[in-house]
Amino acid sequence: MPAKYMIHAGQTPDRFETVTKSGIIAWEEGCLKCAVCVKKRCVYRVYEKRGLDALQMVDSVDNQCMNCLRCVQGCPKELIHKSVSPEYKALGDEYWSAEIISKIWYQARTGKIPVSGAGYPGPFSGAGFDSMWTDMSEIVRPTRDGIHGREYISTAVDLGGTPRHLSFGIEGALEVPTPKVIDMPLPVLLRVPSVGRITPNLISGWAVAARRLGIFLALGNEHINAAPGTCLSSLMPVVEEESLKCSAYPGTKIMELIMREDTHRVAEMLKTIKEPEFISVRIPVSRGVDDRALALAKAGLSIIHLEGTDDGRFLDDPTKSIKDGIRSTHLRLVEAGLRDAVTLLASGGMAMAEHVPKSLICGADAVFVDIPILVALECRLCGRCGEGLPCPVKMDKAEPVWVARRVVNLMAAWHSQLLEVMGAMGIRDARRLRGEAGRAMFFEELDRSTFANLGKTEEGCELE
Amino acid sequence: MNRERGFVFPEVIKTPSRFRNPIGKYRLNRSKGCISCGKCLETCTRDVHAMVKGKALVRNHYLCVGYDCENPCHQVCPVKALSLRRNPDFETMGDYRWSPDLLVSAWHMAEFGRPPEKGLEYRTGNSGGGFDKLRILFSNKLKDRVDCNSNGLEPDLAVELNRREDNAHRIRIEVPFYGGGMSYGSVSINTMLSRVKAAKALGTFCCTGEGGYPDELKPYDEHVITQVATGLFGVREETIQRVKIVEFKYAQGAKPGLGGHLLGDKVTPGVARMREAVVGYPLFSPFPFHSVYSVEDHKKHVDWIKAVNPRALVSVKVSTPTDVDMVAVGSYYAGAHIIHLDGSYGGTGAAPDIAKKNIAMPIEYAVPKVHRFLTEEGVRDKITVVASGGIRTPHDVVKIIALGADAVCTGTADLVALECIRCHNCESGRGCARGIATTDPELMDLVGLEWGAQRIINMFMAWRSEMIRILKKLSISSLKDLVGNTACISHIDYS
Repeated sequence: MPAKYMIHAGQTPDRFETVTKSGIIAWEEGCLKCAVCVKKRCVYRVYEKRGLDALQMVDSVDNQCMNCLRCVQGCPKELIHKSVSPEYKALGDEYWSAEIISKIWYQARTGKIPVSGAGYPGPFSGAGFDSMWTDMSEIVRPTRDGIHGREYISTAVDLGGTPRHLSFGIEGALEVPTPKVIDMPLPVLLRVPSVGRITPNLISGWAVAARRLGIFLALGNEHINAAPGTCLSSLMPVVEEESLKCSAYPGTKIMELIMREDTHRVAEMLKTIKEPEFISVRIPVSRGVDDRALALAKAGLSIIHLEGTDDGRFLDDPTKSIKDGIRSTHLRLVEAGLRDAVTLLASGGMAMAEHVPKSLICGADAVFVDIPILVALECRLCGRCGEGLPCPVKMDKAEPVWVARRVVNLMAAWHSQLLEVMGAMGIRDARRLRGEAGRAMFFEELDRSTFANLGKTEEGCELE
Repeated sequence: MNRERGFVFPEVIKTPSRFRNPIGKYRLNRSKGCISCGKCLETCTRDVHAMVKGKALVRNHYLCVGYDCENPCHQVCPVKALSLRRNPDFETMGDYRWSPDLLVSAWHMAEFGRPPEKGLEYRTGNSGGGFDKLRILFSNKLKDRVDCNSNGLEPDLAVELNRREDNAHRIRIEVPFYGGGMSYGSVSINTMLSRVKAAKALGTFCCTGEGGYPDELKPYDEHVITQVATGLFGVREETIQRVKIVEFKYAQGAKPGLGGHLLGDKVTPGVARMREAVVGYPLFSPFPFHSVYSVEDHKKHVDWIKAVNPRALVSVKVSTPTDVDMVAVGSYYAGAHIIHLDGSYGGTGAAPDIAKKNIAMPIEYAVPKVHRFLTEEGVRDKITVVASGGIRTPHDVVKIIALGADAVCTGTADLVALECIRCHNCESGRGCARGIATTDPELMDLVGLEWGAQRIINMFMAWRSEMIRILKKLSISSLKDLVGNTACISHIDYS
């Protein structure tokens, strides 16, 4: 068994006052100057610890408040009121919601799993990955206790294809070349996001994080020189077809090719490349993605990257989720008997820890995480940098050491959460999670089969 | 309990909020132009306004039904001094599942013992699926049917818990719900006692959760379910022998497949003594029972309880994996009297968000699956199916019973009756700032025992009256006839 995989996380504070849901506390006029004001009774001593950040004009009362509403309910003149922070409401967009963003911040700051009291507060189900639930085991199947370290749960996966069978000579010697794979300890690869203003400091920090985590950072040509030389073996240069031949990066193990054209021509071209040993071919997730992936697998390519949009959808059909693309591609490869000949990587909209196990259950071997490694650095996805406006969190001032620690923290939290999900399912090896759709529950199937045959409305009936 | 039909339900006693300013949906603003003519007091039937020393005041904003009002005071005001708006504080409370409307409705029921008549949506939340898209369906044929309740008797809501016809107690609960497990440590002793006291008054039970059986509960032994969970905290032969129902907690809906976790801060000297642990150190319950890896092992567990307390009913609390139906049948064959399914959206003192959201299926899917499978196996009438995990309203109870449960367990709803505001900070620091889920001596005194018990009684009396109203309207005379009667409900996406 390989050495136990541990990610060393540590508290890494924010640089700026964070935006919280807890909004503005407003005072109306007419204070009675009570001897014991409700503000003094605050359980969290928020009012006592109050401070004003002069630079950002943020009152700490507003973002340290824990929303117990006791001051609101206790003030004799009903002068104190609360509202949800408008800044929080405005964070991100429909997919990269304020809740997702603030959870990424928390994980990047602490390296811990988000824990809260009371039951789940969110909607019943949602689009994409929110329309599936993962399984757990009880009584008839054991769970695994990974999170407290009492049982080792391996999150390692292989990059590269394996032959369908080995053959041996009469003497017992292997007659086929030894299959070569990269053993990656976490089913996650980092990649440079398509949004934000990317500075050399960020690249440097991300590359260090990838090395520390034992995974890869996918990045374009233009960024390679920004990464420290010591991290070269953790980089995954991404190249276009036309520059493929001239772009060998000595010291890298893996490279990615953005495929635009004919499968066979690309396959022939790749055969001539000796270094690096592993090449991933990236294709968009759009209609017919499963057929294209199958053609690539038949042509002998061993790593296929399915790329969805930044909000985890098909490029040509916003109603379809990356999850559907992964599932259908996986099944197509299984049917063709080629599933183990290729590694499936998926990207697009990987925003929360649960997206990793859910992608694997749908059939991916590993996923790319992009936007979260920027959000981990306090990015608010406000898009101001795209318009040439100054960044509210001064991303250009982020130091590589801090960047690396924040991203390592985020991945430590995701790793722990992967252990939680796998432990509950009773699965000890991430490689066994792949394609285990029978250990998941899908909204589309369950909802209809459970509810379609209930009572039917008719004229004159009443609903309540 | 074996009480005959003569059970007398407790009285509803008006029990207002313990806070000075109860939160409602609307606020009425009275401008300086008010001439204190008293017209608003005359118009309003809900006690919103008051005249103090000749001056008209808005005393109870929270009772205002806003735009649903039939005689709006702000329209009759001769000097237009009154204006109505949504209360900004209202929007900061609650979430998709417990919408602010549901919270304020529950508080209304806990205060007055009846559902709010106007202004609030008290039946469904905003989760956009499951219960919130199911509706109780009153067919037009019901109108022609002879009213089976015309004999003047109220529909029977009682549930028999022992269907095995074995040596164990015959237990009948007078209402189709009992209190789910909440440990001493996760909630205060006052909260615990309030719930048990209310359970006694309502002719039902309340579970101790995994954290021992405090001596204060002794007077209520007849109404206590004690829990045996994976950490075995506070479990002794004596505690098992004291009760009529023993619950095995195999899993919890909020954190399926994960153990319990009591943060160090909450392990006060009292809690530590009860759990035989060290003050200030976090306590983890392992997962699962390391002695149970098969139905045979499971049976040994049940037999152990039956050996210690031969007349006890055994309840098996499980979460909702894909094979929940197998688990339920296995539990029947292991000798359980009650199979308690805790769906994935259930409550908790502290759990990883990823588990609450993603692991295991919602109770609305699990119950029909189990009901069908037990029926096919021919054992449905030999075991009681109890559902929990997101039951917020009397309508939820009716819906889940129509989907195939016999009764439900409540947890969060009880806490909401005690004015839980769903801030989700039960686990941090000193615990609940509102004094419900805390062991901090100062904070826990915020909830008085009498007050707490009466609030819970009031809310459940409102639930009871709603269920009776619904059953009458459905022309059903006994709750038993609602079990698995899916024609009584409809899903708005497939109706």
